[in-house]
Amino acid sequence: MSVDISTVKRVAHLARIAVSEDDATRMTGQLNAILGFVEQLNEVNVEGVEPMTSVTPMAMKKRQDQVNDGDKAADIVANAPIHEENFFVVPKVVE
Amino acid sequence: MTDLTALTIAEARDQLKAKAITATELTGAYIQAIENANEALNAYVVTTPEKALDMAKASDARLAAGNAGALEGIPLGIKDLFGTEGVHTQACSHILDGFKPHYESTVTANLWADGAVMLGKLNMDEFAMGSSNESSYYGPVKNPWRAKGSNTDLVPGGSSGGSATAVAARLCAGATATDTGGSIRQPAAFTGTVGIKPTYGRCSRWGIVAFASSLDQAGPIARDVRDAAILLKSMASVDAKDTTSVDIAVPDYEAAIGKPLAGLKIGIPKEYRVDGMPEEIEKLWQQGIAWLKDAGASIVDISLPHTKYALPAYYIVAPAEASSNLARYDGVRYGLRVPGRDIVDMYEKTRATGFGDEVKRRIMIGTYVLSAGYYDAYYLQAQKVRTLIKKDFEDVFHAGVDAILTPATPSAAFGIADQDMSADPVKMYLNDIFTVTVNMAGLPGIAVPAGLDTRGLPLGLQLIGRPFDEETLFQTAHVIEQAAGKFNAPKWW
Repeated sequence: MSVDISTVKRVAHLARIAVSEDDATRMTGQLNAILGFVEQLNEVNVEGVEPMTSVTPMAMKKRQDQVNDGDKAADIVANAPIHEENFFVVPKVVE
Repeated sequence: MTDLTALTIAEARDQLKAKAITATELTGAYIQAIENANEALNAYVVTTPEKALDMAKASDARLAAGNAGALEGIPLGIKDLFGTEGVHTQACSHILDGFKPHYESTVTANLWADGAVMLGKLNMDEFAMGSSNESSYYGPVKNPWRAKGSNTDLVPGGSSGGSATAVAARLCAGATATDTGGSIRQPAAFTGTVGIKPTYGRCSRWGIVAFASSLDQAGPIARDVRDAAILLKSMASVDAKDTTSVDIAVPDYEAAIGKPLAGLKIGIPKEYRVDGMPEEIEKLWQQGIAWLKDAGASIVDISLPHTKYALPAYYIVAPAEASSNLARYDGVRYGLRVPGRDIVDMYEKTRATGFGDEVKRRIMIGTYVLSAGYYDAYYLQAQKVRTLIKKDFEDVFHAGVDAILTPATPSAAFGIADQDMSADPVKMYLNDIFTVTVNMAGLPGIAVPAGLDTRGLPLGLQLIGRPFDEETLFQTAHVIEQAAGKFNAPKWW
């Protein structure tokens, strides 16, 4: 399988990365080189093989449903590019 | 006075305990060494000399009071991927501009609890994506090693290139690193240092910037096998904040060093003999086999039939996980924001400006293989192949093999801005051909220097172990180290 430039632009938008026409052209070649490389996986017979979900056979640990942390709003917004009174500030999204 | 930066961690530990030196003197020597060398080598992106001296002073007080920790007063460098409270933590990416966490990663917290001293943050490939340290926003790191009679700058490998150079050039006593596909072992091999990627789940991933969560593991890069054992003991722990960390007691790895190899069965996988591998690497591998045989181990030929599929499967699984993990960099909660006409435009401009080319490539691949209509063909197929890769290893361990010996890398260090590698991303990816299988199967792997090539550049061997059997790796790697000797880069910087 290979991708064309319109697919690259669609994927870039899904990934929320702005690309110029030049970027998209360059990326098309590079992505096709990588997709060509991974193509060889198709020759492996995987009939009846379960997809891996965890490298170590383990039951997922679950913690008690209890509040054990929090009250750190100031810490959480401290690194935000723009914040006001413990809120992240973003461009308007609702008209 | 002798050069304090020449001491290994084990030697410094003994001298500190014997009060022959102080932590403040030792730390001062490293601060001076970094000042002299960092402009040339670019190993550190940030140094924290005041913090280091404060920590050293506290260590001296604890040493005087007789309650020293296992790493009391030992100066370490920390890869920029580890969250360090109040200190630059940016995964060497532009998108994390200015980020200073209000928390400490579990691994570094463990090191400080044992008395270690932080010298600063080490350069790396952006988000740990790379094998040459050239994708760093802070520019490439130089390898302290150069070919005989040459002034050409070589890469230290990656992604933990800053860690490897800092250890090899004696700009820290030891360093933290992380390994998703070979990022500890390949730079260790390129710089004549020892690097171990422990079993998945041995170290907590909490507070480490995530790349591919099912593959990422922290581990040390050190000057010798003993130092690596000392560091891993402190770094490893079970942690309630990482549900994939495993509740198995951390053994005293140092105690495994020096144990005889008699009775150990070492497997030699035929699939690791790849086309175009330099003859010198084959020779080194045979030499390694001979050393282990001489030390009493029995050698068996084994087959790991799905080896060649590990790298292509990795380049689906790792980008898929990365595209998901890196979705959080959106210009809202931390780091860089580039304004746009609406929120989506702001996201797209921020991410276009903040991420470098290699990171963008991997996010794009990951987004593509997870997108509707392609998930089964790519992602699901890769995860099934991953099951088969792991089964290859389980079969040989089940048949009685204790550890597997392979070359660490398919070549020695290459030049900065290598034409072939920069033109073709897949060529760069092939650096990890011997190391990536270990991450796919979640196993421990150690790279240990085993010799120099004809140009005088270090080459390493890799040992792969059973899950949570890092002790056998330290024990066996030490035998190789004893036979091969240690290698120091002649100082030019």
